[in-house]
Amino acid sequence: MMAGNGAMLIKDGRVIDPGRNIDGVMDVLVKDGVISAVGPGIKEKAEKIVNVRGLVVAPGFVDMHVHLREPGQEGKETIATGTRAAAMGGVTSLACMPNTVPPLDTVAMIVYLLSRVAADAVVRVYPIGCLSQERKGEQMADLAGLLEAGAVAFSDDGDTLMNSLVAKRAMMNLAELGAPYIEHAEDAHLLDGGAMHDGLVSLRLGLPGRSTLAEDVIVSRDLLLAGATGARLHIAHLTAPASIDMIRQSRARGVKVTCEATPHHLALTDAAVGEYDTMAKVNPPLRDEACRRALVAAVKEGVVDVIASDHAPHGELDKDVEFVQAASGVVGLETMLPICLDVLVAQGGLSLAALVRLLSTAPAGILGLNAGTIAPGSQADLAVFDPKAEWTLDARKLTSKSKNTPFNGRRMTGKVVHTLVGGRFVVRDGALEQG
Amino acid sequence: MAVTETVADLPGTPVTGLAKKDLLDMESLSKEEIKLILDTADSLKDVARHPIKKVPTLRGRTVVNLFYEVSTRTRTSFELAAARLSADVVNINVATSSVAKGETLLDTARTLEAMSVDFIVMRHSCSGAPHILARNLDASVINAGDGWHEHPTQALLDLYTVRDKLGSIEGKTITLIGDLKHSRVARSNLIGFKKMGARVRFCGPPTLLSDGFRDLGAEVFHELKPALDGADIVYILRLQFERHRQGLLPSVKYYTRHYGVTAERVKWAKPGALIMHPGPMNRGVEIAPDVADGPQSVIVEQVFNGVAVRMAVLYLLEVRRAKGER
Amino acid sequence: MCPMSRETVLLDEVAIQKSLIRLAHEIHEANHARWGDVILVGMRARGDILAKRMADYLKRDAGVSVPLGALDITLYRDDVGTKAKLPKPTEIPGSVDGKIVVIVDDVLFTGRSIRAAMDALMDYGRPAAIRLAVLVDRGHRELPIRPDHVGKNIPTSPGSNIKVEVKEVDGRDRVVLEEAN
Repeated sequence: MMAGNGAMLIKDGRVIDPGRNIDGVMDVLVKDGVISAVGPGIKEKAEKIVNVRGLVVAPGFVDMHVHLREPGQEGKETIATGTRAAAMGGVTSLACMPNTVPPLDTVAMIVYLLSRVAADAVVRVYPIGCLSQERKGEQMADLAGLLEAGAVAFSDDGDTLMNSLVAKRAMMNLAELGAPYIEHAEDAHLLDGGAMHDGLVSLRLGLPGRSTLAEDVIVSRDLLLAGATGARLHIAHLTAPASIDMIRQSRARGVKVTCEATPHHLALTDAAVGEYDTMAKVNPPLRDEACRRALVAAVKEGVVDVIASDHAPHGELDKDVEFVQAASGVVGLETMLPICLDVLVAQGGLSLAALVRLLSTAPAGILGLNAGTIAPGSQADLAVFDPKAEWTLDARKLTSKSKNTPFNGRRMTGKVVHTLVGGRFVVRDGALEQG
Repeated sequence: MAVTETVADLPGTPVTGLAKKDLLDMESLSKEEIKLILDTADSLKDVARHPIKKVPTLRGRTVVNLFYEVSTRTRTSFELAAARLSADVVNINVATSSVAKGETLLDTARTLEAMSVDFIVMRHSCSGAPHILARNLDASVINAGDGWHEHPTQALLDLYTVRDKLGSIEGKTITLIGDLKHSRVARSNLIGFKKMGARVRFCGPPTLLSDGFRDLGAEVFHELKPALDGADIVYILRLQFERHRQGLLPSVKYYTRHYGVTAERVKWAKPGALIMHPGPMNRGVEIAPDVADGPQSVIVEQVFNGVAVRMAVLYLLEVRRAKGER
Repeated sequence: MCPMSRETVLLDEVAIQKSLIRLAHEIHEANHARWGDVILVGMRARGDILAKRMADYLKRDAGVSVPLGALDITLYRDDVGTKAKLPKPTEIPGSVDGKIVVIVDDVLFTGRSIRAAMDALMDYGRPAAIRLAVLVDRGHRELPIRPDHVGKNIPTSPGSNIKVEVKEVDGRDRVVLEEAN
């Protein structure tokens, strides 16, 4: 990724940089792909002036839970299409999950992935390495090797690492190495073939259910293990109220735990399944209204540290089948911002600055990335968005290769206008920059 | 060309057929539609008594029985219903194994569509499978049982049998006993009987009957005696032996001891209460043989009525289709 | 029914009664020798009422009885969608094998209803003969069907409509011609 040449002045936008407590109308000067100055009325001469009056200028979003599907499932998404979708959503850095085919469980695979990223990605991509070899949950992967090769965190996401001894050993090693242990918390046995949240809707539809117990059991186990090993535990896609409580309590006792919530869990409930709509099938499942409200409250309270999309592309072949057979997952890179603006800010009363922290500053911190900030000297990764723009989502127009969104047809408020990576426009005026 | 009437309106109830092109569940049927189906079944029951048990109403129409689950009883019932209406019947039994996935549901559907099929009667082990076909095909899809979800024609024939025997459904109390969690018959009957104004009780072991059913309108019991007290209809569900193997029951004997319906226990219900069972029965497990064959049992009538009710469904769906073609 | 139509009463209560009495005696005379084999089967939903009246007249005037049946052709129509009604049971007393079945209908028009009625009867068994008695024949046959006994021949134009009303169903007895203005 080349740094932009010549100075660029981004003028009159509402600049929000939560890490430095900045929230006000001011200018940002970018030189050589790096933030040069931030403040009101910058006088310095610039080759290009971009007027962003009425728009918000935030540090580019950092999505720490994305499935790019490359290598192995390029029919659903590729590094090229996925990173473009990310840019359209204002995401300038993303961490990609290792449940690819083959999985990212060896140094060779990480190296391969990074070479593909160098060739095709339009935003920054950081690999997450597997916890166990082949994601089988039996033998630990070469964690140190993977870290050295470029992995920023570790996870067997898609599945829970069920063997508690392997989990403990992995946590002990990661505590040493200083990298986060990311858990997809759903006890494989308690799931009992469940296809959606175990509640009234599943009862009416005659579908086997996945109960919150499956999540709580693993969260509870992992909190105890993290406490014992000193590891940095990160709970992916949190949904269950009891787990929220346990995380709050453990944190108060000094356990190093962070957690994330997805936009779809914050916005939707199991009612979205309707008449067996597989677009609403996701793991962990969309829960009932009580759970949803508890999750929103947890975000507002600060128990939830990060919003991540869990962008999981699936094609028609995977989704247009019997509900219990259908693949789980929804795309989310391009809808993350407007959904959060609606549910958390407009309805939930969260401040824009707090939202930007959740989308950018906090995830950057967890992964140890030099991102999520607009401090002078940092790379010029920016998401410039119009918080008031109104539009209706047409799934067919998504940049993602796959169109499996539960939000098709929904009225959205908030749209990314410009996305800059290293000072270069990747998205300009709401469209991908050609060339 | 039409049979033109000599008068603009013949007396008699005008029938516009059902509102939707498919019959997927009791949930989508209105109370009026249910009544219409029952009334039509009354008329069609007669056909079985003609010397020639056939009317030409669905002549030239093709009915496909697409059964992903083995079933002789329901399939035969639909076959007879279609044949009595002079439709052509094609049976497709799809062998299912967890290893061989075979053709996708959509591909099967598209193949059938290409063969200009009019009706598809479908039974599948996945809830919501008929809905996929209904969404993607012009043919009328009739759900003959999908997973744990619904079995609407069973509920309709049960409603018909009760109305036939007791005169009305409104205000009656029906107690369903057994593995309600996994029962599509129970769900369909819960919706159907409630729509027609009856009180519905569910009774079974806690592992097979969750309290959530209260929110769906049933009174939930785990003891048989109070569940049967004052019941006009005792509806017994088949116990599947794999429930014990799955660890959902302490033992089959336990089930029989606590929930099996014996001649003694039948007395806990109202005198003359109907004994019903969707079949096939596990005699001696959920139902005692003398109860199954006893004077209060209408299990045989259920089967007989099943053909008439399925004829009514086919007829009313055909009326709707024929109207659409004009 | 066109709201702008003109109604002309062609037969009033007395005229209808006279026609029915004459028809009843015609049927009796034509089948005198084998009266024991005769069944009157009226087409629902007015033909069966006319058949009953004729049977009553025969009893009153000639002292003979005749078995009565009612035929519902809803399931035999060639146009299931239009004017579909709830099918009512067909009721035939005993078997039709070897019987002389006299179909009774109110108005004979294209002949298609009668074709359907014959199909229905054949599914019941093997009559020795089928005869047709109608109160009104308005012409415009589309099939080779001819009545054996007619109350009144009323030539009509295709656009018009003949309506028969009977007390038991419509509250009064009359035959009405409806023409568009």
